[in-house]
Amino acid sequence: MKKVIMGNHAVSHAVRLARTQVVAAYPITPQTQIVEELSNMCAEGKLRAKFIKVESEHSAMACCIGAAAAGSRAFTATSSQGLALMHELLHWAAGARLPVVLAEVNRALAPGWNIWTEQTDSLAQRDTGWLQFYCTSNQEILDSILIAFRVAEEVSLPAMVVYDAFYLSHTYEAVDIPEQEPVDAFLPPYEPSVKLDVDNPMAFGSLTTPEYYMEMRHKIEEATERVHEVLPTTYEEFGRIFGREYKAVEPYRCDGADLILATSGTVSSTAQLVIETLRERGMRVGGLNIRMFRPFPARAVREALGRCKKVAVLDRNISFGQGGIFAQELKSALCNEPHRPQVFGFIAGLGGRDITPASIEEVILTADKLDAPEREIEWIGLKT
Amino acid sequence: MNHEQIHEEELVCSGHYACQGCGGVIAMRHALRALGPNTIVVIPACCWSVIAGPFPYSALKVPVFHAAFETGGATASGVRAGLDMQGKTEVNVLAWAGDGGTFDIGLQSLSGAVERNENIIYACYDNEAYMNTGIQRSSATPLRAWTTTTPELFSKETPKKDIVQILVGHKIPYVATASIGFPDDLQAKFRKAKTIEGTKFIHILAPCPPGWKYSSELTIRVARLAAHCKVFPIYEVFDGEHYVINLEPEGKPVAEYLAMQGRFSHLTERQIQEIQARVDYDWEHLLHKAMLEKFEFRGA
Repeated sequence: MKKVIMGNHAVSHAVRLARTQVVAAYPITPQTQIVEELSNMCAEGKLRAKFIKVESEHSAMACCIGAAAAGSRAFTATSSQGLALMHELLHWAAGARLPVVLAEVNRALAPGWNIWTEQTDSLAQRDTGWLQFYCTSNQEILDSILIAFRVAEEVSLPAMVVYDAFYLSHTYEAVDIPEQEPVDAFLPPYEPSVKLDVDNPMAFGSLTTPEYYMEMRHKIEEATERVHEVLPTTYEEFGRIFGREYKAVEPYRCDGADLILATSGTVSSTAQLVIETLRERGMRVGGLNIRMFRPFPARAVREALGRCKKVAVLDRNISFGQGGIFAQELKSALCNEPHRPQVFGFIAGLGGRDITPASIEEVILTADKLDAPEREIEWIGLKT
Repeated sequence: MNHEQIHEEELVCSGHYACQGCGGVIAMRHALRALGPNTIVVIPACCWSVIAGPFPYSALKVPVFHAAFETGGATASGVRAGLDMQGKTEVNVLAWAGDGGTFDIGLQSLSGAVERNENIIYACYDNEAYMNTGIQRSSATPLRAWTTTTPELFSKETPKKDIVQILVGHKIPYVATASIGFPDDLQAKFRKAKTIEGTKFIHILAPCPPGWKYSSELTIRVARLAAHCKVFPIYEVFDGEHYVINLEPEGKPVAEYLAMQGRFSHLTERQIQEIQARVDYDWEHLLHKAMLEKFEFRGA
């Protein structure tokens, strides 16, 4: 059934459809409506879950860890400071191989206080062992939550579904909310191979000496890499059941493009409009929407970018002293290629500043006119 | 002790990693004997993170989940919820934390769990300092005690935090103190905790030979003396208001308890008198609370 709903409520519906058993959450703008709606769903009996109203995001993640370790499907949602507070336990969930799913609404970090969108909060968690998926629409948010549970449980790793504050979280769009039956067919009940069980007592997370620790980390890496195999077949199955197609990396009019603009999140949809206009003007430009950030789809990125001369990366995030984080990842994916394009890194839209079609055009035209980047970071729309 | 009341099955195995004379191991042994094998233990960082043994071994015959330092209350809440959603409401969830994980870094998540009245047992085995990292002061360290961060010339200047009062302030169904010096009482309290719905908090004094600086064969004697000197009274509080004192102390002078432990060897006569005065005051205070009537609402 199609309904016009906000991005945050798309998450709530997905969590309900996933028959999530334990929700633990703490309010933070712009995430709060996800868990408010889940609270209602629990109260009205539409979702049969235990909702733990914790006293912090740190405890929210600890509860999810405990619940998943006991063998139940667990979910939480947060943003910005909340995700930063969870940091220690993000490592814990991944290290304990627990497929917790988290909806993360991108919001800039303080100080100064800012509730608007920026990706630095989630990208700063890139080394925690979490899978990360970035969304461009409310429909994609709902679908990505279901896919995240499925993939996370298959590889025993936690997953984060990430989207822009306000541009999606509070924006109403038409969303096809699936019926329960096809969702049940796509996402069977969570049945981990090991869990906390009094009939089969085991110790989890014991003191681990150098003799064993490294192999455990190697297994996490192997499981993470396995997502490259699991995700395409999962997307395929999802497409068969629900009629919507997804890919880890989505090229847009990349055929014969000399210059490709790489983006993520809602900027990707704005970028497509600009690319369309520039193509009409005869410019050989294409776009690349990066949906999956961890594991990084390096091979797909190389395939998409391998033949173009230039890549412009628009980052709504910053790693101080190095630049945009997607730009770094792209450079790292391309650095061993014999014919690699020049990579231009742009920073725009920090702290929720609008990224307009005009600013995207400025990015493309700047990269187009230069032979090589003049500096590591080009700032777009910076007031002087 | 009435041996008939003891669970036959030993759930703590030999070969664990504890120091000789460790009060924390004795505490776990009695707790699990009382709770039985239908129990899941959540252990945030503390001595027991090591005592339980390294991968791939475990010194416990029940499931164990090792949790982050400050998450005892929250992780146990999650385990409880996860089990309940699978209909396993009869499984005991025991959060087992040291004083650091309870009084200090874990206080927030403990308070959260307790305020929600989660159906868990939270036990703090209190050895009165960060013993696992090598004897640094915690807020459970007593007044004037030596630790490596409160050296003799700068011994602890503030009294031990009254964790029981903090828990009582949350109005939970059951708060109790217990001691490894009185195992029948300790086990009875865990058996009682099993039957009460809601949060149960049990504060156990667990003397530590290397940290308190006494010879390891004296652990039980030190624990018993703490109660008999009124330093660590043995009592229960029901629903945050109804106090029951379980042990009448012999009323021995605190000096006798302090003299057994090297961590107090630097104390002056005057400091010992000050400690005695505080202990006497606190005991009187407890007696008053135990004599109060249970709260009852009477309409006009």
